[in-house]
Amino acid sequence: MLSFAELLNLSNRKYQELESGDIPWIRVGTAVCGDAAGADDVLESLRSELDKRGISANISPVGCIGLCYAEPLVDILKPGQSRIFFKNVAPDQVAQLVESYLVNNEPPQDMALAYSGNTPVNGIPSLDSLPMWKHQVRVAMRNCGEIDPTDIYQYIARGGYSALNKAIFGMEPGDVVKEVQDSGLRGRGGAAFSTGTKWSFLVGSPGPVKYILCNCEEGDPGAYNDKGILESDPHTLVEGTILAGYATGASNGVVFIRHGHEGPITRTQKAIDDCYELGLLGDNILGSSFSFHMEVSLTGDSYVAGEETALMESIEGKRAMPRFRPPFPAQSGVWGLPTNINNIKTLSYVPEIISKGGEWFSSIGIERSKGTAILCLSGNITRPGMIEVPMGITLKEILEDIAGGSPDGHSLKFLQTGGPLGGVLSADQIDIPLDFEAMAQAGAILGSGGIIAADDRACAVDMTRLLIAFCQYESCGKCFPCRLGMTNIIEILERICNFESRPGDMELMRNIGQNMAGTSLCGHGQLGWNPVQSALRFFPEEFAEHMEEKKCRTGQCLGPIITPQRTRSRWTSAQPLELRI
Amino acid sequence: MNDILSYANIPLVRNSPIVGGELTAPSNDIRDRITNALVNKNAKTVTVLSSLLAVEDEFGYIPSRAIEQVAIHTKSTINDVWGVASFYTNFRFTPPGEHVVEICWGPTCHLLGSRDILKYTLDALGLTEEGDTPDKKVSLKYNTCLGACSQGPVVHVDGKILGSQALGGLKGDALAQKVSDMISNLRSNNSE
Repeated sequence: MLSFAELLNLSNRKYQELESGDIPWIRVGTAVCGDAAGADDVLESLRSELDKRGISANISPVGCIGLCYAEPLVDILKPGQSRIFFKNVAPDQVAQLVESYLVNNEPPQDMALAYSGNTPVNGIPSLDSLPMWKHQVRVAMRNCGEIDPTDIYQYIARGGYSALNKAIFGMEPGDVVKEVQDSGLRGRGGAAFSTGTKWSFLVGSPGPVKYILCNCEEGDPGAYNDKGILESDPHTLVEGTILAGYATGASNGVVFIRHGHEGPITRTQKAIDDCYELGLLGDNILGSSFSFHMEVSLTGDSYVAGEETALMESIEGKRAMPRFRPPFPAQSGVWGLPTNINNIKTLSYVPEIISKGGEWFSSIGIERSKGTAILCLSGNITRPGMIEVPMGITLKEILEDIAGGSPDGHSLKFLQTGGPLGGVLSADQIDIPLDFEAMAQAGAILGSGGIIAADDRACAVDMTRLLIAFCQYESCGKCFPCRLGMTNIIEILERICNFESRPGDMELMRNIGQNMAGTSLCGHGQLGWNPVQSALRFFPEEFAEHMEEKKCRTGQCLGPIITPQRTRSRWTSAQPLELRI
Repeated sequence: MNDILSYANIPLVRNSPIVGGELTAPSNDIRDRITNALVNKNAKTVTVLSSLLAVEDEFGYIPSRAIEQVAIHTKSTINDVWGVASFYTNFRFTPPGEHVVEICWGPTCHLLGSRDILKYTLDALGLTEEGDTPDKKVSLKYNTCLGACSQGPVVHVDGKILGSQALGGLKGDALAQKVSDMISNLRSNNSE
């Protein structure tokens, strides 16, 4: 077993060869956004093109750098030159790219997005000057798109696991908790609870077996940042989890991912396996007396599985339905043992906080909300992607400067933030800072960080119907206010969309919604009225138009909505099953 | 694990013909495949859910006899296993078509035109809602989020994810044509 110093040495040597070796280092973004744009075909044609010409190069499939609008993104670092990013590279453009840049050393200007490095490249802007890049402060996403996520040595060479080494050999567990408390880090899964305080609940719970759960269920449509981090830099999560384990005296970590997302699952599994091999996980980590074990747990398709107690049920292999509290997870969580549950993004900050200190982290952001926010921008905007910006930046800056506003001369109409339960926020309200409290005051939630922009082509009533259709489909069915309430609300909304609303529908819907909010067990039902409430608050005239004038100004409501069948009982339509008892 | 299976004393093959004659295929093969999936492809921590996911990965659906094998394997009741299997929407209980097309209907994809893609796909397949074509060539599935929102609208075809660029950013009739071509390609391409 290598000591950490030896490991660091080895990693540095390997990384040196890539960064300043004699052959080019080519990185291709192959996260799910890259794949959807055709990155795997690009990678394949790049390999065969280089083979054909006999050019040797190091090719690394990397994760998502966040500039998703430019995918498939190929970046080439030639020895002694600046690194150049090429955007929207189609498989049939690869030959031209290789010919002009790798052979003739003339980067094709029309394909180039930006350069990064000390030597400016003629006619190509620098990465730091790109509107999508210049506002960013990258802490948790520091390695995204920079390193091969399946190569632990690249992570270590860029400072990885040094925080773990520092903590295990230089800090008491209590110091780690204190550092995280001092940093002001708040949970990034939606509830925004102080992470250090949450950890301190687990410290006092009796061991020896205690769990740290990392929540990457991420069922929110419009948010892919958790999966993005796991696909681009799984080690930052693994290191953060081990640190959380050290700080709280936990013995096991579980990464919880939805079945079917192969990229995040295989890359996280590989990261964990590599850590076991190098002694960064398992018994006596790095030769110390601290032991910690990790595994990946998969869940089926269920949105509510992301709720903390439902998640525990799912890890135990049961239906993902929320539990009653108390007992709270810190006393009795998964398998009845003390448990602490954190979002992926929260844990991904921890290595940098321990390396650079809590004070450094709290210097980013604003008074109540420290640090950065990792956001996914999608919908009717010019530059969709995944960004990490300091807290306190306004939503207006994000949408106009970073995302480039709405395309084709349309104007922004509303935002849908924080997952379907977050509801909508009118475009005239977006001059507010990115801050948990300020957003809540404006009637939106930051939630998991998904921001979906809709322009004037979208109908507010139609969007509300879609959000409620999602909530109805995903209601777990445990408590009836949510199970029946969602069904009733979607029925009323469909009537409104079909211009068949009845007198009293609005009062009925409000009644049901308020009951649902007051009497449901978990956030799904409690916040389930939010989408309608927020739409009614910002766009009452559109509802009135649909209900009284029987028309829709955008035409989006026309036609039936196509969503899955109403309940989670799809199996009833299957052939009758023969059961032998 | 074989010990548990034999302890339960469930016959490996049904020897006598069944009234109605449904189960005529030699089931040994299926049983072995299920056992293999349960033992070799399961997660580190074996649960009802992890076992069902292993079976789903192996077959693409949950064969009815897998329910009881999972129950035996995880020392649960058939009721428990059914409870879990019917809850998670990714499980299906009949074999899927040769090709599986998944279409995202999340808010982002909805705004970017997934409704048109859905409509044209349904037309091309001759379906009115998600399900299998009568010839079992193609299964259509709706998905709440495929995780590539920045590339929306997103379609998932036989495990390959396609964003708007792959569909050419088309609209109207051109999109209908593109979708219909994609479906007929799938139909004619038997050996995946």
